[in-house]
Amino acid sequence: MSQTANAHDPNKWGRDSEPNPDGPAPKRIVVSYGFWIFLLSDFILFACFFAAYAVLKDATAGGPSGKDLFELKLVEAETVLLLLSSFACGMAGIGTLARDMRWFQIAMAATGLLGAGFLALEAYEFLHLIGEGAGPGRSAFLSAFFALVGCHGLHVTLGLLWLTTMMAQAWSKGFREDILRRILCFSLFWHALDIIWVALFTMIYLMGVRG
Amino acid sequence: MSERPDEEMARDETAPGEESEHDSIVGGVRSYAVGLVAAAILTAASFALVQFDIVWGPAVPAALVALAIGQMGVHLVFFLHITTGPDNSNNVLALLFGVLIVALVLLGSIWIMGHLNHNLMGPMATP
Repeated sequence: MSQTANAHDPNKWGRDSEPNPDGPAPKRIVVSYGFWIFLLSDFILFACFFAAYAVLKDATAGGPSGKDLFELKLVEAETVLLLLSSFACGMAGIGTLARDMRWFQIAMAATGLLGAGFLALEAYEFLHLIGEGAGPGRSAFLSAFFALVGCHGLHVTLGLLWLTTMMAQAWSKGFREDILRRILCFSLFWHALDIIWVALFTMIYLMGVRG
Repeated sequence: MSERPDEEMARDETAPGEESEHDSIVGGVRSYAVGLVAAAILTAASFALVQFDIVWGPAVPAALVALAIGQMGVHLVFFLHITTGPDNSNNVLALLFGVLIVALVLLGSIWIMGHLNHNLMGPMATP
């Protein structure tokens, strides 16, 4: 029967392999579906910040506008780092499928380093803007800009904390079923951050430099 | 495995973000690589659009929005594994509801505030 077939399939170890046709869905599906709902609510949170930015982007109070401030080279580098980070996170997911701890740890470390590089560039940009006198207090446009980009940066920071936690937990506890569920949720979170970044660099930076 | 009819397979829902169970390791890596290349091409296209005069000026914002939607689609399909398969309908329905709310919040705010600005604009105000 399929029950025994699954026991020999390494791709299915640690999963509730056989769903009961009439019973509840396996915990793995319930947990990540719930997390998916959370992520969608997070998208709605970001939509509010985006709406605030879209409404306030011309309210520069005589100060600098996006056209004067944004540097596309920096944003390009940030985008590349975050995209590669998302890819590395996918590789870590494959590492869990393969039950290969070294692969998983290396891919997670790469994910974390690329994410940290992104954050460093963003911190540099923020400090640079504040140094130029274009801090969040300068105009409504800059308040909305710092709130939106800062909220994304805060998410990435929390994601990095979560990432190191998952590396430590997988290292000490192995690929246990609950650990695998947490890793799945983490990778959803990390990929979702990249989706938000796509909206962010398109709407703020690319449309901003055109004036 | 082969004894299970297709209908029963369809009941086995896929968790969001999960690889399809039929995928091998190599297939999984290949799928992520395809996603990475596709996303990179679309991203490079958006940046090129702004920096070089490729497209008629007034059409650039629309092109950027289209490219952004394309990039998000690539991310959803290849990285988050949200597909239109029968095992994925719950995830897609939730996503569609999320997109609806996001669109209402975003477009509604822009629409209302645009009208408000227009109506409150005095003779001295600049657009």
